[in-house]
Amino acid sequence: MPVSLKDVDHIALLARLGLTNEERTSLRDDLEAILGYIGKLEQLDTTGVEATAHVIDLQTPLRDDVVRNPEDADALLGNAPDRDRSYLRVPKIIE
Amino acid sequence: MNPSDLSSWTIASARAALDARDVSATELARATLERIAQAEPRVHALLSVTADRALADATDADRRLGAGERGPLLGIPVVLKDIFATRGIATTCASRILAGFKPPYDSDAAERLARAGSVLVGKANLDEFAMGSSNENSAFGPTRNPWDLERVPGGSSGGSAAAVAAGECLASLGTDTGGSIRLPASYCGVSGLKPTYGRVSRFGVIAYASSLDQVGPLAWTVADLAAVLGVIAGHDPRDSTSVPRPVPDYLAALTGDIAGLRVGMPREYFAEGIAPDVERTTRAAIEVLAERGARIVEVDLPHTEFAIATYYLVATAEASSNLARYDGVRFGLRHATIGDSLVDMYRHTRDAGFGAEVKRRILLGTYALSAGYYDAYYLKAQRVRTLIRRDFEAAFARCDVIAAPTAPTTAFRLGEKISDPLAMYLSDVFTTSVNLAGLPGLSAPCGFDDAGLPIGLQLIAPAFGEETLLRAGDAYQRSTEWHRRRPTLDLVAAAGANIGKAGGAP
Repeated sequence: MPVSLKDVDHIALLARLGLTNEERTSLRDDLEAILGYIGKLEQLDTTGVEATAHVIDLQTPLRDDVVRNPEDADALLGNAPDRDRSYLRVPKIIE
Repeated sequence: MNPSDLSSWTIASARAALDARDVSATELARATLERIAQAEPRVHALLSVTADRALADATDADRRLGAGERGPLLGIPVVLKDIFATRGIATTCASRILAGFKPPYDSDAAERLARAGSVLVGKANLDEFAMGSSNENSAFGPTRNPWDLERVPGGSSGGSAAAVAAGECLASLGTDTGGSIRLPASYCGVSGLKPTYGRVSRFGVIAYASSLDQVGPLAWTVADLAAVLGVIAGHDPRDSTSVPRPVPDYLAALTGDIAGLRVGMPREYFAEGIAPDVERTTRAAIEVLAERGARIVEVDLPHTEFAIATYYLVATAEASSNLARYDGVRFGLRHATIGDSLVDMYRHTRDAGFGAEVKRRILLGTYALSAGYYDAYYLKAQRVRTLIRRDFEAAFARCDVIAAPTAPTTAFRLGEKISDPLAMYLSDVFTTSVNLAGLPGLSAPCGFDDAGLPIGLQLIAPAFGEETLLRAGDAYQRSTEWHRRRPTLDLVAAAGANIGKAGGAP
């Protein structure tokens, strides 16, 4: 399964990863090798086999719609790298 | 008490000493902290030592013991993999991207351990975001195997396994997504249990691959695993995949009686690629089960060879989604330069914050989920996952427990596989299927190779078959001594050598 640098750049953008030139090349090689190995799944005929997304028989449990406010807002916001009172500061989104 | 005593202790022996008031929880905690100071420079099993917390926990445990209270973990020193959120205590997941992160809440498992009166002595090293089989992917340097410091402890719960093996605690918690408890348990000569998916809450456990991740204990003996599991198992409404099912008395299940138990040997796990010493000791271990009355039957798990490929698609796809949250906005690292757009800031942050293996898996997972490839990769893997589950269903029609090696080889050398991701992935060839099928699996020491490195016997049971699994593992340990072997560590002379001597220890 050939993987191009263009493919790597595209996926890296989707994944919001910034890669150095060196990383681009080595990750391309790694991806190619891993996808080559994964290609062995093509040997299996899975026509009509249902997909397993989850292994346990559980319906989505619903809790009662009760308002809870147990966390201390300062403790929650205290981990933010850039904060202005109870706001999180980020680079400008709209020009 | 003398910290060197700790290497021979188990939860069970500490329990007896604490309950008889021969030793106090505080003495035990001080001795453990001293042992940590002596062993850590060699092993690097821990990312943080929580000494103040440990002494406070111990004081509290002594008060409870003094009031006549008894409990399986009351006063027992434990270590948590640094993937468990601990309120106010740094939780890094061995990643630079969580630098400085102090969770505002406790994970369910941490909460249950604290309620049970255990003593938290530290947070264990791991492969970054639990991605790895050697602990070499930690952003803070690898853990070393206490049996041979030039070898890896296995991963990703390598710090948790090495902490037990080095006598730095009597039990630890790890997580197992594709073998991350069982592989390091095997490499470090300790016992480790990955419970059924849904048995232990994942609330507050930093997510890697949510349909596979499960919390479990590591300790010297299977009986000790049973003691810890009884405390951490149970329904938690904060984890929607936590199963509302009563928690049995796991210690009571350890009767030693396995007469008539049908033990399945999967042909595919004794195939080529397995080291001769591993095959020999695993077969001998199964013979021990037979001597105790178990019936050995051959079973087939024909899709075993597809498990690694399936795992690396399912796990990385889920990881690429789970790790999207590390964006430099709400917590952890932010890396940005003036004039960065929001997307630039995300990309700079994630480039600076994630290590090579994490980037590799995020890219692979994103690729597997991306337009045009979803059917060929992710959906295909989910269908093969069904075939792997069916293999186990068919096998368990013929046996009660499956017995096999935990890993094809013993611990490899640091650096040996780090530049070859595929070779590293293949360390998990006997463990990933169990996660894909959501089953409980256990690794127990069953011998040593020519180089003196531990080998693990893996036992696998049907979903929620932990009692059978623990009974079989405990029965094995009643007939064998492997779990009593201890590594010889060249300890560092401790600066605070008197720390554990106060209080008239035995």
